Amino acid sequence: MSALTPDGDLRRTHRLLGGAGIVARFGVVTAMTFLGLLAITFFIGRVVPIDPVVAVVGDRASQEVYDATFLEMGLDRPLIQQFAIYVRDVVTGDFGMSLSTGRPVMEDLIRYFPATFEMATFGILIGVVLGVPMGVVAAAHAGSWLDQIIRVLGLLGYAVPAFWMGLVALAVFYAGLGWSAGPGRLDIFYDGLVPTVTGILTVDAILAGDWVILRNALSHLVLPSAILGFFSLAYIARMTRSFMLEQLQQEFVTTARVKGASERAVIWKHAFYPIRVQLITVIGLSYAVLLEGSVMVEIVFSWPGIGNYLTTALLTADMNAVLGATILIGAVFIVINRTSDVLYHIFDPRSH
Amino acid sequence: MGAMKLWLTADAPDSRWQAQAGQIYAISRSFARNPLAMLGAVIVGLLVLVAMFAPWLAPYSPTGQNLSMRLMPPSAENWLGTDELGRDILSRIIHGSRITLLIVVMVAVISAPLGLLIGAIAGYFGGWTDRVLMAVTDVFLSLPKLIMALAFVAALGAGLQNAIIAIAVTAWPAYARIARAETLTFRNSEFIAAVQLQGASNMRIIGLHVLPLCMSSTIIRVTLDMAGIILTAAGLGFLGLGAQPPLPEWGAMISRGRSFILDQWWVATMPGLAIIIISLGFCFLGDGLRDVLDPRQRDGR
Repeated sequence: MSALTPDGDLRRTHRLLGGAGIVARFGVVTAMTFLGLLAITFFIGRVVPIDPVVAVVGDRASQEVYDATFLEMGLDRPLIQQFAIYVRDVVTGDFGMSLSTGRPVMEDLIRYFPATFEMATFGILIGVVLGVPMGVVAAAHAGSWLDQIIRVLGLLGYAVPAFWMGLVALAVFYAGLGWSAGPGRLDIFYDGLVPTVTGILTVDAILAGDWVILRNALSHLVLPSAILGFFSLAYIARMTRSFMLEQLQQEFVTTARVKGASERAVIWKHAFYPIRVQLITVIGLSYAVLLEGSVMVEIVFSWPGIGNYLTTALLTADMNAVLGATILIGAVFIVINRTSDVLYHIFDPRSH
Repeated sequence: MGAMKLWLTADAPDSRWQAQAGQIYAISRSFARNPLAMLGAVIVGLLVLVAMFAPWLAPYSPTGQNLSMRLMPPSAENWLGTDELGRDILSRIIHGSRITLLIVVMVAVISAPLGLLIGAIAGYFGGWTDRVLMAVTDVFLSLPKLIMALAFVAALGAGLQNAIIAIAVTAWPAYARIARAETLTFRNSEFIAAVQLQGASNMRIIGLHVLPLCMSSTIIRVTLDMAGIILTAAGLGFLGLGAQPPLPEWGAMISRGRSFILDQWWVATMPGLAIIIISLGFCFLGDGLRDVLDPRQRDGR
């Protein structure tokens, strides 16, 4: 019947229905993966340590605190029941208390996450804005010296330790050339002047209309996000190049050339158009990886984000905080990956 | 020489042995034509040699302190300078190559067979076995590797051995995926049916007929993953969670040099360069192996 009524309405309905089905499937798969993540963190927190209570309260806790935590964690119950309680706690946002800050882990995470989010988002913007054109140019001039340089840059993205690059960048651009600000999010005398609304300093500064602080925040942000951007750029450029090479060999590109389209139009209009959908997945994946990479960069730049929180917790054996941060980063990672999968299916006409 | 070449490149080999020798010859010829791949092979080969002969190559002891020679810049006596305890950085990097090689080999030895076996079993049996095994694999694959390794080390305690275990635990799923995909391509082929009819047990078929065919793509993937494993291990060392002092682990050396980065840049820079060179070597080698062994996968990663 649909062949007889080729009007847009029906097709749109199909598209929406397809979209709804995908979203439902997405929900189930995401929930399963999240449960898997919780199973792993549960395993790490309860099964791997010799004494899980000591892992949470530390070895200097009194007997009363020890006993109370023992019962609170439900360690007197069967393992499967413990896991059910654990899932319930996590889903309701209860990650337990942090040993080192003395606050609920959830509260800490909310406080530290915006800084990480800000750095990672600026990083992916840099990676996309530079990486996609670089990949396109490399493909358009495949085999040239330009292509070789971009290829080597891409391989360096797999071979350079992020923390080392951060140290060298601080030594060169901050201490040596003075082009950027040093570690931290703001110079110390600007600290606490802008009211916290979103926790994202650049946004808060704009909301407060304070351009001096915005400038200062940006000059602190530029170095760590540029480093994160470099790593996503390496991957994005490499993938863009291989997608473009594939398109440039297609017959419709030859047709466009034969019809006299300019080389610029052939590359940017005809060949680039179809790969946008593939790029969604690539950018999603590199955003997720970048969020993970920010852990190491945060330490080098004393950036008060999740990465710094996580490593402080690691070194003080603060198990609730470690697992809370792991769950948060893991959950964001899963959601980004799944969302880009869904977007891919919705926007790719071939999947209908 | 000429006869040898003719024998190796024969169109119709007389024996299985001749065919295999010919194949190896063809592979190594096309490998040798790829300059980056050769460079990678040389770098990795040098790493192995340096690690083997470290005590003879290193000019000084990796742990011998000399406080009158603290933080000396690179010079004729100390080619890469000295660190905050007056130890020769070159000697420490040379000895550190043993730790890097140990980590890389151990992670590969633990995670590759584990992943191969899981993937081959899932692909061979199919059905519920496949569904359950792949669900577990996908959960691991969709989690951030570095963070998971950090969490495992947090529970196990810092140290070289635990760092290796933690990295291996996060590395196997990729190999399981590859092994499963490979197994599915020949799961229903006739040679498998033939061995089944001869009465071979499932384990025998997987071990002797399925796994060998998954090897080449796994070797490629393992080589390409090496750079990532080295970076993760160095990251754990940098955080103080990997090899403990006074072991000359490269990541830990960078961490020590962090306090001196502004004035004595060489302390942190030199071990970093060592990491970059070795990681690049594995990248080049892996790319080259992929081009030679599996031309289908070119340009993708």
